Amino acid sequence: MSGGEHRDGSGARGPATKTIEMIVAAMIFIIGSVVVYDSYQIGSGWAEDGPQAGYFPFYIGLIICIASVWIFFQTAFGKLAGGGVFVSLRKLRLVLAVLFPAIGFVIATYFIGLYVSAAVFIAAFMRWQGKFSIMRILPVSLVVPVLLFLMFEVWFLVPLPKGPVEALVGY
Amino acid sequence: MEEISSLLYGFQVALSYQNLSLMLVGILLGVLIGVLPGLGGANGVAILLPLTFTMSPTSAIIMLSCIYWGALFGGAITSILFNIPGEPWSVATTFDGHPMAKQGRAGEALTAAFTSSFVGALIAVVVITFLAPLVAKFALQFGPAEFFAVQLLTFCSFVGLGKGHPAKTIAAMMLGFALAAVGLDTVTGQLRMTFGTVELLRGFDFLIAVIGLFGIGEILLTMEEGLAFKGVGAKINPRVVWQTWKQLPRFWITAIRGTLIGCWMGITPGGATPASFMSYGIAKRFSRQGEKFGTGQMEGVVAPETAAHAAGTSALLPMLTLGIPGSPTAAVLLGGLLIWGLQPGPLLFVEQKDFVWGLIASMYLANVVGLIVVLTTVPWWAAILRVPFSIIAPIIVVICAVGAYTVHNAMLDVVLMLVFGVIGYLFKKLDYPLAPMVLALVLGDMAESSFRQSMVLSQGSISIFWSNGLVGSICALAMLMLFWPLISASLGKLRRGRASDTPQERPVE
Repeated sequence: MSGGEHRDGSGARGPATKTIEMIVAAMIFIIGSVVVYDSYQIGSGWAEDGPQAGYFPFYIGLIICIASVWIFFQTAFGKLAGGGVFVSLRKLRLVLAVLFPAIGFVIATYFIGLYVSAAVFIAAFMRWQGKFSIMRILPVSLVVPVLLFLMFEVWFLVPLPKGPVEALVGY
Repeated sequence: MEEISSLLYGFQVALSYQNLSLMLVGILLGVLIGVLPGLGGANGVAILLPLTFTMSPTSAIIMLSCIYWGALFGGAITSILFNIPGEPWSVATTFDGHPMAKQGRAGEALTAAFTSSFVGALIAVVVITFLAPLVAKFALQFGPAEFFAVQLLTFCSFVGLGKGHPAKTIAAMMLGFALAAVGLDTVTGQLRMTFGTVELLRGFDFLIAVIGLFGIGEILLTMEEGLAFKGVGAKINPRVVWQTWKQLPRFWITAIRGTLIGCWMGITPGGATPASFMSYGIAKRFSRQGEKFGTGQMEGVVAPETAAHAAGTSALLPMLTLGIPGSPTAAVLLGGLLIWGLQPGPLLFVEQKDFVWGLIASMYLANVVGLIVVLTTVPWWAAILRVPFSIIAPIIVVICAVGAYTVHNAMLDVVLMLVFGVIGYLFKKLDYPLAPMVLALVLGDMAESSFRQSMVLSQGSISIFWSNGLVGSICALAMLMLFWPLISASLGKLRRGRASDTPQERPVE
């Protein structure tokens, strides 16, 4: 088993594919065993009128466990192809550069509504990742939420999460 | 011919101003979705599905299926001009399409791609028109055991036909089934895997999973590739189109072969992506220009495009007749059917003639409209792709979030969408297939209920699955598919044992 850090031929650093593969297989095994456990709890056998609620999911969970063990050991003993780096640290930084702001955007939606969060999210992303000037950020980050607002609140009458700013204009 | 009169009736339904304009809107949105990274047929349709809840089912399916056709067309644009496949099924189009564009033959490549897509789709629609009523009539005799057997065959085919590791296909698929089981069990009224929370009562909605897995997951993957798109300019004018059309009939064998592969892979749930690769590979092997493939051969564009479009179209056949979708996008459309209150399956052809024939007729019209639209609007789409990814990425994340929220008006769904996005990213990088997972999530309840009904009928004996010739042969076929990786591996070994000097073959892909 290789450690967490790994270098591939091109010298990029990052977690080894093998490690991630085994972690994912282990997590799938945990999910499978949760399914098996829960199905067993609610009854995975045969009631008087037919199969119990856990009958079908019990076997599903069992198959998940078997498949994940299969993947885990095949990876551990090097039968599955795919050596090298799962993702280089440089690329991982790019991935997190969109994932973290997206998480922030979703959290902000809870408090200030979707439209304002969207505007802030788009503006911030354009500023940090695209290095755009404020003159190009403003129109994009304002037009998108306004279009969404018109489309959902006005035309299709589908309400989206709103906060204090929308309350000011009467929504 | 009963089908012809039904089809003419369908044209009456589809040819209203409202449906025609929805068709046009659908195709334009579809091409846009196909062109943008992170938005594809499956999650594009999933995001727009909530907007159709108030429409009539026929209008809704016409618009959503047109988004699907548009996305199929749109995938080719990015492949040829930017060497970035907008959709997985257009990866094979980049092999010869992009070299053609770099030689200044972008117009030719695009015309060839669109026209072959059109031909592939048109033949597939003809197949649907005449085959679907027969399949539906046949399936009317199916009992729960037969339905479960067909579903089993569908899922086993993923293991047999898929390119990935069989254990990964099985794991992804079963995770889909497990997610589908979460929530209230409709038969016994018991709660399953909710762990005392109220939010999980509803279970996991496949729309959320689709938006996360394909939308957010794709954005994360695209970020990794870097942010710069370098494209080739496209000029397309009637003269180029005419010149290309004059050349295309030469490739009729490739086109027909591609269409046949596509129809087969679409009806059995191989899907458009493997179909396009297979068609490209076979064309390369049989073509007289085979060695030149990859350097900008028009035949190398014709082959994957006919197959992809034929597969995408014929994936609707099992969805309409058996309630079993042949592709993730067809799975989302099937979910739509359930939401609009229609029961997919053979009875659709008896009870919902408007819907079925309106849809089939709209498929003929939409492909003609689609071909004209893409041929005339290519430069615009190419311009959209020049918008930097640092603008497109956050906008797509916002659109995905809106789509996820509107399904149930629940913020938890938006959080789940992000979780599914990370799962999608990990799974894609580790070659876990996403299509069987989504299909299992959509079909989970149906598969479970047909399994349970069969178990009740047989008093818990599994022998019901070989109790008559029909169900037995379907199950046998399913088992053959399930163990195909093992069978082909041992066959490969046998062959190698006999002639050890033959070049090494890879037993399991």
